[in-house]
Amino acid sequence: MSRTESVAFDNPRRERRADTFAMWVFIGSEAMLFGAIFLVFLVAHLDFGPAFAAASKHLSVALGAFNTAVLITSSFTMAVAHMFALHRRWRATVWALLATSALGVCFLVVKSMEYGKEIAEGMAPLLGLPFRYEGPDPVHAEFFFSLYFTMTSLHALHLIGGIAVIGGMIALWRTASPANRLHRVEAVGLYWHFVDVVWMFMFPVLYLINR
Amino acid sequence: MTSSAMTGTYLSEGAGPRAWLLTTDHKRVAWLYLVSLTAFFFLGGAMAVLMRIELATPAGDLVSDDVYNRLFSLHGIIMVWFFLVPSIPATLGNFLLPLMIGARDLAFPRLNLASWYVFIFGSLFALFSVVAGGVDTGWTFYTPLSTLYANGFVSTAAFGVFIVGFSTIMTGINFIVTVHTLRAPGLTWFRLPIFVWTLYATSLVMVLATPVLAASLILIVLERVFGIGIFNPDLGGDPLLFQHLFWFYSHPAVYIMILPGMGVVSEVLPCFSRRPLFGYKAVAMSSMAIAVFGFLVWGHHMFVSGQSAYAGVVFSFLSFCVAIPSAIKVFNWSLTLRKGEISFETPMLYGLFFLGLFTFGGLAGLFLAALAVDVHVHDTYFVIAHFHYIMVGGMVTAYMAGLHFWWPKLTGRMYSETAGRIAATVTFVGFNLTFFPQYVLGFDGMPRRYHTYPPEFQFWNVLSSAGAVVLAIGYLMPLFYLGWSLFRGARATDSPWNATGLEWQTSSPPPPHNFKSMPIVTRPAYAYDMKGLEHERFSPHLEAGR
Repeated sequence: MSRTESVAFDNPRRERRADTFAMWVFIGSEAMLFGAIFLVFLVAHLDFGPAFAAASKHLSVALGAFNTAVLITSSFTMAVAHMFALHRRWRATVWALLATSALGVCFLVVKSMEYGKEIAEGMAPLLGLPFRYEGPDPVHAEFFFSLYFTMTSLHALHLIGGIAVIGGMIALWRTASPANRLHRVEAVGLYWHFVDVVWMFMFPVLYLINR
Repeated sequence: MTSSAMTGTYLSEGAGPRAWLLTTDHKRVAWLYLVSLTAFFFLGGAMAVLMRIELATPAGDLVSDDVYNRLFSLHGIIMVWFFLVPSIPATLGNFLLPLMIGARDLAFPRLNLASWYVFIFGSLFALFSVVAGGVDTGWTFYTPLSTLYANGFVSTAAFGVFIVGFSTIMTGINFIVTVHTLRAPGLTWFRLPIFVWTLYATSLVMVLATPVLAASLILIVLERVFGIGIFNPDLGGDPLLFQHLFWFYSHPAVYIMILPGMGVVSEVLPCFSRRPLFGYKAVAMSSMAIAVFGFLVWGHHMFVSGQSAYAGVVFSFLSFCVAIPSAIKVFNWSLTLRKGEISFETPMLYGLFFLGLFTFGGLAGLFLAALAVDVHVHDTYFVIAHFHYIMVGGMVTAYMAGLHFWWPKLTGRMYSETAGRIAATVTFVGFNLTFFPQYVLGFDGMPRRYHTYPPEFQFWNVLSSAGAVVLAIGYLMPLFYLGWSLFRGARATDSPWNATGLEWQTSSPPPPHNFKSMPIVTRPAYAYDMKGLEHERFSPHLEAGR
């Protein structure tokens, strides 16, 4: 493979290294985005611990745990896709990618069921919906739910982005050279794992803390 | 542009809007940015002039308080996010980074073009809020004003800034990867021009700080549109949280704005004093130190916001620390001039003005970092004067220095040297006349962001307003003589200033992929004390690791 995608590179191996490196830099940037919001949550938790702990009990641990399992599985299928790509087994790669995005969609479906339940129970302080929380310190419980919805929906948006990128990659599959296919799978894989890792922090912090 | 005599350059490769708007050549993308940023600069500048005219008299007679609030808010929003943050990186940096490291283009040329479109898309939101009725929160979008009380188009303005953030991150990633992977053979890290070092440090800050701004602006939009109350105490939220998030970005953003300016000056001063940059490694490392320290000082914007006194002491101490690398640079630049053969071409004039104005603004920063003094001058014109000395006196002056220094490379044309020197001097005089009185006003206690003031402040305000007119002339002049030179300027040689650096080794303007053959570097940067470097730079026979 002597072709490179960017005129700046004269050999594809350097370009592949640059692509992967760029994805790491981007992930560093994303980590700061989530980091900022996690920090907001943790500071608020220090201030209003008991209220947050009580509010956290109203989330569905069962659904959250199920979703955690779904995402871990999707990371596994993504790793499998990368493995197949390394061995140039392209058909298997595409199937593994499709499985990954299907698991992503599954996560989103479960997440929206959870949202529906929380909205029905009056625990969603958004769009002027009635907030009917009957625990101690409802004002700070409301803060908890504000943060819960912000954090999980931001994560869900990233997941939707990941699914869209996998879709785009598969749509462009035929036009890509083998080298391009591999480093695209690699870069998208890195991103996908990152989004999963964010959830691995979000789940315990939101659902399990002080339980 | 008459391209007949300039065949084989990046300018002669296809004309018409398609060839420009769909280009992936970093040099043309730089022009796209240059044109759009110039428009924003004059838009933001016009608002400043209106404000200064209003402030010429104590009464609020020209514009109402509501309009005045919108003027200073949009002036700040436009100048910070649509001019200063992208200014040097997206124009000169975009053009020069690949040239300076001997690369054919940035690592991701399409991402580079995409960043410009994202920038334009975001700026449309901001322009919409200007046309629709403005924003009155100030550029800082402080809560709860911005979330509960402001009646302007806060959401669209904040969303515009949010989108422009993506453009910044794209540029940052592109620059970091380019510096890591595309340096020419022999161009080790410590042979890089300081301009490249500062772009690298800037990019790091862009990539790591901008997402935090994105987070805080998302939260504001969520609060205004979806009613989620992260910053609303009625819903359990905390308004002060916004200031922490905002300044965690916006203080490092100050270094996004000034670091590339420092880089430009580090190129200009050695060239026009014919001396190597004094203390190269110290200057390079101090850029990195500024980038790192910049993340640790945001609390100095919040000394009177009710953060704990202990936090205040720590932030004050760290703010003094960040002055050290800046001072290292100033001393090294000054020592570069020592025993040099100094000549006063336009870029050098701007460069020397930068040195003075930046030092002056930086020293005022030390006053503000001191807890007790800050309580006295907080939210007064003293603060305004301080950051305008850095941002306008420092950054914009450096931008002008760079624009004049590399103009022959950008266009292949020379501008009128006389006009350039006059404009530089007019700018310097106008700048000091505008902003020095504001130090006095602030110290006497005139608060910022009011459209009226007690009559005893009028003397200094009139001086400042008169200065603003002079300054405006100083900034309008280059528009004409640089524009003129595009068509009628004398042809530039490849290296009109006889400067070191790979960008001067290729033709003016450069060919589409920058170099006819791959350059090989055998010299440290700024080898002004070595003879015959023009030939050696390109000779692969000479030892590669001298």
